[in-house]
Amino acid sequence: MRKVLALTMAAAMVAGMLGGCGSAAAPAADAAPAATEAADTTEAIPAADTAPAADTADAGGFDWKKFDGEEITVLFSEHTYADAVEEKLGEFTEKTGIKVNYSSMPEGNYFEKLNVELSSHSGSIDVFMTGAYQSWEYATAGNLEPLENYIGTDLTSPDWNYDDFIPGVINALKWDCVPGHQVGSGSQWALPMGWEVNILTYNKKILGANGIEPPKTAEELLEASKALKEFDGSGSYGLAVRGLPDWGTIHPAYMSLYSTWGAKDFEIEDGKLVSKVNSPEAVAMTEYWVDLVKNGGAPQWATYGWEMCGADLGAGKAAMMWDADRGGYTQNTPGSSNEAGNMAFGMVPYPESAGKTAADMKSNLWVWSMAMNADSAKKDAAWYFMQYFTSPEFMLWSGVEKACTDTPRTSVLNSQEYKDSVADAEGYYEAFSTVSQNASIFFTAQPYFTETTTEWAKTLQDLVTTNKYSSVQEAMDELKITMDELVSDLEVE
Amino acid sequence: MSAKKNSNMKSEMNKVPLATRVRPYLIVAPSLIITIGIMVPFVMAIWYSLTNYSFKLPTHKFIGIDNWVNMLGDSSFWGAVKISLLYGCISTILEMLIGLGVAILLNNLNNGLSRVLRVLLVFPLMVAPVTATIIWQLMLNSSVGIVEKLLNIFGVYNFPWAAAPETALMTVILIDVWINTAFIILLVLAGLQSLPKSPFESAKIDGGSAWFNFTNLTLPMLKPSLFIALLFRFMAALQEYAVIFALTKGGPGDSLMSLSLTAYQKGFKFQKFGAAIPYILVLWLIINIAAKRIVVMQRSAQKQASGLEE
Repeated sequence: MRKVLALTMAAAMVAGMLGGCGSAAAPAADAAPAATEAADTTEAIPAADTAPAADTADAGGFDWKKFDGEEITVLFSEHTYADAVEEKLGEFTEKTGIKVNYSSMPEGNYFEKLNVELSSHSGSIDVFMTGAYQSWEYATAGNLEPLENYIGTDLTSPDWNYDDFIPGVINALKWDCVPGHQVGSGSQWALPMGWEVNILTYNKKILGANGIEPPKTAEELLEASKALKEFDGSGSYGLAVRGLPDWGTIHPAYMSLYSTWGAKDFEIEDGKLVSKVNSPEAVAMTEYWVDLVKNGGAPQWATYGWEMCGADLGAGKAAMMWDADRGGYTQNTPGSSNEAGNMAFGMVPYPESAGKTAADMKSNLWVWSMAMNADSAKKDAAWYFMQYFTSPEFMLWSGVEKACTDTPRTSVLNSQEYKDSVADAEGYYEAFSTVSQNASIFFTAQPYFTETTTEWAKTLQDLVTTNKYSSVQEAMDELKITMDELVSDLEVE
Repeated sequence: MSAKKNSNMKSEMNKVPLATRVRPYLIVAPSLIITIGIMVPFVMAIWYSLTNYSFKLPTHKFIGIDNWVNMLGDSSFWGAVKISLLYGCISTILEMLIGLGVAILLNNLNNGLSRVLRVLLVFPLMVAPVTATIIWQLMLNSSVGIVEKLLNIFGVYNFPWAAAPETALMTVILIDVWINTAFIILLVLAGLQSLPKSPFESAKIDGGSAWFNFTNLTLPMLKPSLFIALLFRFMAALQEYAVIFALTKGGPGDSLMSLSLTAYQKGFKFQKFGAAIPYILVLWLIINIAAKRIVVMQRSAQKQASGLEE
């Protein structure tokens, strides 16, 4: 009997773990549109334009009450952008009559939760937050509703102004679903809520006290990071960068410098994606990176996500941080951290030793976006939600009042209210607007993004924390083989 | 004659009220439903392990034992088995030893202080493992953590904790012990308080030492309770996921990628359920074998404690 008891208990536990995997097969995904020409997303921010008036009046008699009484469900990742939306939900419901069931969860598990919800094809969520990289996976799986079905139709308010989005940002959310093709063409899979460039934030007080000039080149950054090791006793260090074994470690500073160095993740050869992480540029850059982290990074780098990087910068334990611009900006707002007011913003340190100049600076782009579930039963109401919370009026308010400084709208970026609101952050506007010129997604769009970048991050961890490899070249050669295997089933047209 | 007898029996059966005849089936029904509820996902899991089921694919198809062959040929699988076993064994042994020691001390003290301690010691069990891990992550942080400050007093600086492969396993086990030792204490304490008093009184009259009492009376009679505690903790420790995920997500490198974490990563992060499920089924097999063995040992200890063997 006890044997049966033990067997039953063990089976019950396993059954619990498998509870989420018993759903039926996913329906056919035919959302991928025909291949189109790749487009370059590295488009400069347009010259200052006149901002549309922040007038909430219904232009052209647009009927905001068309879906009065409907109810939609929204799942967001906890973030400043999501906070701003949450604050205005009441006004949205008042204006449209659409009730919103809103929930949010921490970023750490957000995408895993979203994966489960979307893969069930139940339409339990109508609108959700996503990133450009994740949209490559969701779009090919048929989880995303193409938004050209709504943009420019009579379901869109004339005030909404699609053309006001910064081209490089809105194009980052377009893709033709052909692995290896650049983003910028094909369907519009999501709308931007905010975007981030990855630049250097430094504590001017700490650098000044240690007689160090703000680094402009990669070499100066390495030298400064080493010099600042334990500048304030045990645990203090020069440069905070991410180190967890996932895509989050690769996409901000590492990928920005990797691209600036001239390296690529994949190239198309004979109709297949081929990893280029063992190219001379990639190896040279990674050698630099390992040196930088080992000798100038956090002692517990391998456990650091963006939260820990920001916390150390705000606590005055890290002298510099290379991460999303808004991470440093948030630590600088009055009352947000011990070191608030001491931050200043640099650009992307470029490697002079590799023959690069300031003109070669590249920043990898992250776009927090809003997408519609292809299985939603209330797509029209969902679209009303999306256009309301990406409208010029809302974005001007969230950019100025709610610290959503990485605005995707040209009219907001060029508005005096916005410029005034970020004026206190030394160098921020200059850095953001300059780096934006060369900001783009430097990853190759492909549906195995999560796997390939996870393996990449694990290799970096091994290089920094172990003696597993005799050289960076050996590690990157092995990583190349792994990445090639992961994408081996992809056919590039 | 026989036909007549059968007819009589049938007639007598019809005289039994319907409620009485149905009652045995009603009694069994809940167990049957629960068993089916358990077995259906389990059987489905075995089926999916033989398919290429993935969130990324529009449909799935039968691929035989490819997922199993790939898993067995992957060096990271054997690493995951090793991590799961090391984590399960070391954390359970430590928790059993510390839990037994503390429970005996509390039982012997039996005063106001012990009553207060009994309440306080349960606190870690009331905290969600992920929350407990985040608290420990902050405490162990080399920049702002209190543990770093304490170690500085002894001349230890920048101890890597979970950030280095050599110390990462030790760190997650430390947190597991902090969270779960209270569970052992509670079970063992309950076991100690249910022991009969007379053998101890006889031993006292005969001048038995404390060590004699412990090895010849307390431990043999307590063994059934100890095995129950061992059963629950070992099974839970083998499945451990929350502490590792919250602290390092399985890193650095693959140094903490247990079977649970590997299955989670393949299933939920990479969206390849067909490839993930064999890892869970192997974990189930390990847990099943271990649980069976512990139950046999518990039954034997129960008999010994009841004087049925010797």
